[in-house]
Amino acid sequence: MTEHEHRFMKYLRKERLPHIFCPGCGDGIVLNTIFNAIEMSNTDFDNISMVSGIGCSSRIPGYVKCDSLHTTHGRALAFATGLKTANPKQDVIVVTGDGDATSIGGNHLIHAARRNIDLTVICINNDIYGMTGGQISPTSPKGSYATTAPYGSTDKPFNIAEIAKAAGASYVAKYTTAQPVQISMAIKAGLENKGFSFIEVVAQCPTYYGRKNKIRSPVEMINWLKENTVTLEQAKTMTDEELAGKIITGEYINKPRKEFTEALEDITRQISEVNPDTNINSAYRSE
Amino acid sequence: MTEKELFVQGNEACALGALKAGCTFFAGYPITPSTEIAEIMSNELPKIGGHFIQMEDEIAAVGAIIGASWAGQKVVTATSGPGFSLMQENIGYAVMTETPIVIINMQRGSPSTGQPTRSAQADMMQCRWGSHGDYETIALAPSSVQECFDYTIKAFNLAEKYRCPVFVMADEIVGHMREKITIPENIPITPRQMPEKTENYLPYDAPENGTTPMPSFGQGYNIHVTGLTHDKRGYPSTDDDQTHTQLVTRLCNKITKNTEEIVEIESQYIDDAQTIVLSYGIPSRSALTAVKQARQQGLKVGYIKLKTVWPFPAQQLQQLSKNAKRIIVPELNLGQVYLEVDRVLGKQAKVELIPKIGGALHTPKEILDKILEE
Repeated sequence: MTEHEHRFMKYLRKERLPHIFCPGCGDGIVLNTIFNAIEMSNTDFDNISMVSGIGCSSRIPGYVKCDSLHTTHGRALAFATGLKTANPKQDVIVVTGDGDATSIGGNHLIHAARRNIDLTVICINNDIYGMTGGQISPTSPKGSYATTAPYGSTDKPFNIAEIAKAAGASYVAKYTTAQPVQISMAIKAGLENKGFSFIEVVAQCPTYYGRKNKIRSPVEMINWLKENTVTLEQAKTMTDEELAGKIITGEYINKPRKEFTEALEDITRQISEVNPDTNINSAYRSE
Repeated sequence: MTEKELFVQGNEACALGALKAGCTFFAGYPITPSTEIAEIMSNELPKIGGHFIQMEDEIAAVGAIIGASWAGQKVVTATSGPGFSLMQENIGYAVMTETPIVIINMQRGSPSTGQPTRSAQADMMQCRWGSHGDYETIALAPSSVQECFDYTIKAFNLAEKYRCPVFVMADEIVGHMREKITIPENIPITPRQMPEKTENYLPYDAPENGTTPMPSFGQGYNIHVTGLTHDKRGYPSTDDDQTHTQLVTRLCNKITKNTEEIVEIESQYIDDAQTIVLSYGIPSRSALTAVKQARQQGLKVGYIKLKTVWPFPAQQLQQLSKNAKRIIVPELNLGQVYLEVDRVLGKQAKVELIPKIGGALHTPKEILDKILEE
């Protein structure tokens, strides 16, 4: 019998496998869509660096055979801002989660979006803190259960895609893990957009969200995602009551505008003879 | 280029020093009394093709400079007490991932918002212990505008050599004081050590008390950088006692085992001294005047200034002050580095603190009065 290797295995640090993700986790689906998007887009895999924070989804870059920066909780976008600005030629992908990006890292998210810095951010939103064992998150639906919400969540959840759009991201899309083709297309669009691109993927966490909310199997959870998904088009005619607990998917914005590192390079061109392309770091870089 | 003389502020001298050292990236957040450094860097860096970013807070500032350091640039941020507190999280990350960064702290009256426009040496222990876990740091304490320039360059050189955060622990007085400085012709600059390209490159395969050359992102090394306990490949290895012990021990040893090479101490009138005034940073100006006045009165008083405070030069101080009976430590706090002096010299001499807070510097008379107390 011939061994068939998955076509994306070449992008993985094989020596790091098996991964830490639970059976039925949505993170694998998203990683698959990332590779698919890279292949569909004009992005050179060898030019990619990945940055992440802390959490299950933030472990993804550690398995990808590229330069990867696994940073502190919530701060991935701050590190990525420095990395990208210092060498704008890199394609920088940030992988983050709902807690990482919108709770501890909420401030960095809105400011990175405001700057429209050329990062492609993939936020895997599973509505719960998985790595620490199932605590409530800023996106947990009202009334849902978690180890720190034993009587059900009292808070209105964030729609992260709306936040990214309102803060100034030039490309924002939101889909669920039940829509892998749409996710790939969105990541591809994000990679090709010169600016801050934010792709929110609502994902299943059968281990914690499922267990605490009686949707125990991954299949049930995917079905639950499908049943609660409405498109942006459909949402337009729905009342707030009808939209409660719904996942509103689609392309929230696709409106390119001046990118942050380009704006900085423009300033250098205006005030000096230095060509920003012959980056100053050539002074210390070995090549 | 010829030797140049300038009349500048300490904050300006720090910015000039950073640029001289090859800094091309600054990310920061406005805070009194260090803001001038950010203002100058925002003006100068674009001219040389470098980058300045005003970040959303000091947590992000250190995150951004670490990111830029991994893109191959020399990086700096500047702050004061409240901002320094916010930076501690990512300082620990820089320690763990061995990222060269320089942080300038123009210390001010604390705790909390304290006295934004007044001087203090309030953060010396936070600099040593502020982030969680066992680690060692390198800190320099300038007492003049010239030293702001010189020590900032030295900080960059040490950061590259030891691949760690290095702190310039100045204060509001030195930051806002104007003095003449000389910019020498040839200043030694330590370039980043880059690895030779190899297939089986191990980014954290370092010698026992040292570190490894540092690649940049985008050069094809495909390295993984994490704040988790990691093995020689940089991969997380959090359950193995040995990996963690070896990593954290090496991170500490690369500083402590090289203390002799890192530390710089200035001393005067020391040979016959019965009493020594030991200081660092701005109080050393008053200390030297007081020591000279005591000498004029025929008293056997000596002067020691720590140019570097961390790592603490225990052996060097024990040697220098072996004949002294009294050690007097003036500090702009209620006793921080004094505790360390007492720890290493307390058995051989009586160590006495002259604490001072509120914003003003010790006068030479205050120090002389203490000398004459006995």
